[in-house]
Amino acid sequence: MSGAMDKEIRAVIVDDEELARQMLREFLSAHQEIEIAAECANGFEAVKAVTELKPDLIFLDIQMPKLDGFEVLELIGTDRAVVFVTAYDEYAIRAFDIHAVDYLLKPFGAERFETALQRARQRLGGKLPAPADLSSSARPASQPLDRIVVRDGTRVFIIPIAKLDYAEAQDDYVALVSEGKKHLKQQTISSLEGILDPSRFLRIHRSYIVNLEKVTKVEPYSKDNYMVVLSNGTQLPVSRSGYARLREVLEQNRAK
Amino acid sequence: MHPLLTRPRQLGLYLLAWFPLAGILVYLLTGGGGLSLGEASALTVPLCLVYAFVCLAAWYPCRATPLEKSGFAKLLLTHLTAAAVLGTFWTYQAKEIAIALAHFWPRFAGLDQRLAKHIPLLWVTGVLLYVLSVTFHYVLLAEQASREAQERALQARVLARDAELKALRAQVNPHFLFNCLHSVSALTSSDASKAREMCILLADFLRTTLRLGGKETITLEEELALVRGYLAIEKVRFGARLHMEEDVQKQTMETLIPPLLLQPLVENAIRHGIANLPEGGVIRLSVQEKARVVSIVVENSFDPESPSPLKTGLGLDNIRQRLDTRYGPEASISVKTEGNRFQVSLRLPAQQNGVMA
Repeated sequence: MSGAMDKEIRAVIVDDEELARQMLREFLSAHQEIEIAAECANGFEAVKAVTELKPDLIFLDIQMPKLDGFEVLELIGTDRAVVFVTAYDEYAIRAFDIHAVDYLLKPFGAERFETALQRARQRLGGKLPAPADLSSSARPASQPLDRIVVRDGTRVFIIPIAKLDYAEAQDDYVALVSEGKKHLKQQTISSLEGILDPSRFLRIHRSYIVNLEKVTKVEPYSKDNYMVVLSNGTQLPVSRSGYARLREVLEQNRAK
Repeated sequence: MHPLLTRPRQLGLYLLAWFPLAGILVYLLTGGGGLSLGEASALTVPLCLVYAFVCLAAWYPCRATPLEKSGFAKLLLTHLTAAAVLGTFWTYQAKEIAIALAHFWPRFAGLDQRLAKHIPLLWVTGVLLYVLSVTFHYVLLAEQASREAQERALQARVLARDAELKALRAQVNPHFLFNCLHSVSALTSSDASKAREMCILLADFLRTTLRLGGKETITLEEELALVRGYLAIEKVRFGARLHMEEDVQKQTMETLIPPLLLQPLVENAIRHGIANLPEGGVIRLSVQEKARVVSIVVENSFDPESPSPLKTGLGLDNIRQRLDTRYGPEASISVKTEGNRFQVSLRLPAQQNGVMA
């Protein structure tokens, strides 16, 4: 008797090249206990498939259309086994930083693939490490953040940094406001602050980070309290320490 | 060591040049009165032979006081001192030879006394010969310097070429190779004949890259063949996602361009354009000539939401530099984006074999 019920491990293959997917399919076909739940050719498809199908194991390419492999993981979390499959060796350290099971370098043979599968089984058998705060650890410090990816159910939004007006802390989430729309992302405001370019974004309040390019004026709000007004009219509160930082930045800009 | 002493041919020529000098001396000694032709010759031949070698010593003061770097006073002092010393030596030597001849050969008896009145003439001749030797050595030094400069220039050119070759080789993207090999590996089980075809395409591309990369210029036709070979490989990887459109004027095919000028542009169009599009896109290549200027445009679709390809540099600097070295201000490269189209334009003079525009 064979059928979906016999399958112990459900896997998703993500690669934009048909031949690369075909190869993984071929290697996996030798393993009756593994079911290929979906094949995806780009980052959007991957996020959708993983969210809907909740597979145990993902074979993930890094360089892909729409979202790269790291952005995909940032959106779906790491509570499943991930094997990176790529021709680029320079991402290996980043990959292990976020607890990837293995890192297969193209081209690889069946033997190397079996090793990866072995590691995946061990990982799935044991306890998975708690998902790291990917948005900060998945990004190398040297690379400036130029866009933020957000998931809403199976839909993915890409917010270019220049279009982000401000971010507001909401419990375990941040609300990212861009072009009049609000996107919720599971991330702390402090970790967001850590990855944004400090010359363009400023923490003006315990709960707010503002895009300095969008600030049109700073006004007194009450005694000792200030607020900033953005180009679209939005008003945001400024804390006392936030005001000190803001004045410093504005004076520096004026000096230039 | 004096350079002439290591080159027998040039040393021979130098000694030959002393024959007319010796002749003049013989003439002076006979004509000025006193000596017979036989006496003058017997005296002059050994005298000049030794002095020819002695004058080579001018090499050292000449090298120590290079013409362009030494003051006039220093030059004069150095060479007058040397001339006086050597002139005296030469006169003294002439006297010794005359004494020896008079002593051993009855035929030349009394030669030394007859020579005595020619001593001032001999001294002046010795000094002048030394001055002549100094002139000769300065010419020799100048010739040597210019040869060294030429060698250095040649070496610099070889180095520059080496550097360029290395840069070119670095441009064959290793990830392109790895991805290709992965495709071949995948094809071996599903479509063996296609795998073989891909191996051959890849080998042809690499061989052509190496062959063309070593040349200073190639024809546009050769470069286009390379680009087509490259695209054939990428077509295996990207399948229906990759479309290519060509609009190439036939008369431009013989245009000479630096090798690997267009291939990197097409590679960029794939890496930063087509590869980021799930449905793929079109790469358009157009080559037109107008008023002796060839304009080449590579245009591709790209995803405006993917990280900007402009930031990543694209290796366009390399192309810009190479155009600049070869054509100076006559060539240019420009980049623009329009909606979801990315465009690189090159303009360069229409040079063909044997015809400079």
